[in-house]
Amino acid sequence: MAPLAPRSGDAIFANVERVNAELFTLTYGAMVRQLLTDLEEVEEVNKQLDQMGYNIGIRLIDEFLAKSNVSRCVDFKESADVIAKVGFKMFLGITATVTNWDADGTSCSLVLEDNPLVDFVELPDTCQGLYYCNVLSGVIRGALEMVSMKTEVTWVRDMLRGDDAYELRVKLLKQVPEEYPYKDDE
Amino acid sequence: MRMFHVTSISYKRLLQDLFEVSEGCSSLEVLREWNRPLRTLSSQQDHKLMFGLLFSLKSFTAKMDPSSVEKGNLGVPQLPGQGCSFHSFSTNSYKLSLMETPSGIKIILVTNPKTGDLQESLKHIYSLYVEYVVKNPLYSPGTQIRCELLNTALDQYVKNV
Repeated sequence: MAPLAPRSGDAIFANVERVNAELFTLTYGAMVRQLLTDLEEVEEVNKQLDQMGYNIGIRLIDEFLAKSNVSRCVDFKESADVIAKVGFKMFLGITATVTNWDADGTSCSLVLEDNPLVDFVELPDTCQGLYYCNVLSGVIRGALEMVSMKTEVTWVRDMLRGDDAYELRVKLLKQVPEEYPYKDDE
Repeated sequence: MRMFHVTSISYKRLLQDLFEVSEGCSSLEVLREWNRPLRTLSSQQDHKLMFGLLFSLKSFTAKMDPSSVEKGNLGVPQLPGQGCSFHSFSTNSYKLSLMETPSGIKIILVTNPKTGDLQESLKHIYSLYVEYVVKNPLYSPGTQIRCELLNTALDQYVKNV
């Protein structure tokens, strides 16, 4: 019998290598700052952060699977739960809440009360369009794509923009089955 | 679908072959071969055969599953999370153990038929893969794995099994 998926990431979080939270926050901040200088356009920075997140996500998924002992998730609901409870805990030390499911169970919201990326951050007037944590949405999109789920991840609420929490909307577009990669006549 | 594939030693009664397979690229690659005296096919054909074997066996095992009602059609690819998957099979001359991760990585060990359960070893190999391949900035996902450190680590691990 397959081991049951852990319901919380606490045990795993205790065992993984960690870095100092301030170092992490400030490094991320420095990176966003550099992107703003290099790319000039806030829109471009959002895109770049998302792409970076995606590239992280497609690798991070394997580390997640190897260390968390999570086996297959039966459906999207379970996947969302595992991301919120185990994934966020393992890599950021926080947990998210899954809410606002739509009727057919293909989109939901991940709400973060606490977000280590934004300590010490204030958006200046010139960067109001910036999604500072856009890297997170990219990570989730990339990681889910590797387990055959095409998703769309967008920010709904952002404390840096004056909302009361961080809310990510995750929408499942389609599930892609494994394909047979060889042609018959090859 | 991308596969890689490591082939290994036969210490007394140990591993002969280790394939690793994963999503994203179109061929199976041999990561490591330790002892494989008889090579009957070209390596490309070898990979195709291995892939075909796993692909069909998986769909057959899912079809024969007595515990699930929803079976789907034979040969139709399954969504992740659907169906069951097999862990190993043995013949009189070898045993093949497989671990498939939800991200599509397949790790295959071909060993002596008397070897016991290898799920733990496969998990360990997966963690080596994460450590040396996934975390290697010079490796771009979907390309062939050329990583000396992984090879060294694998060799060492296999020696100590």
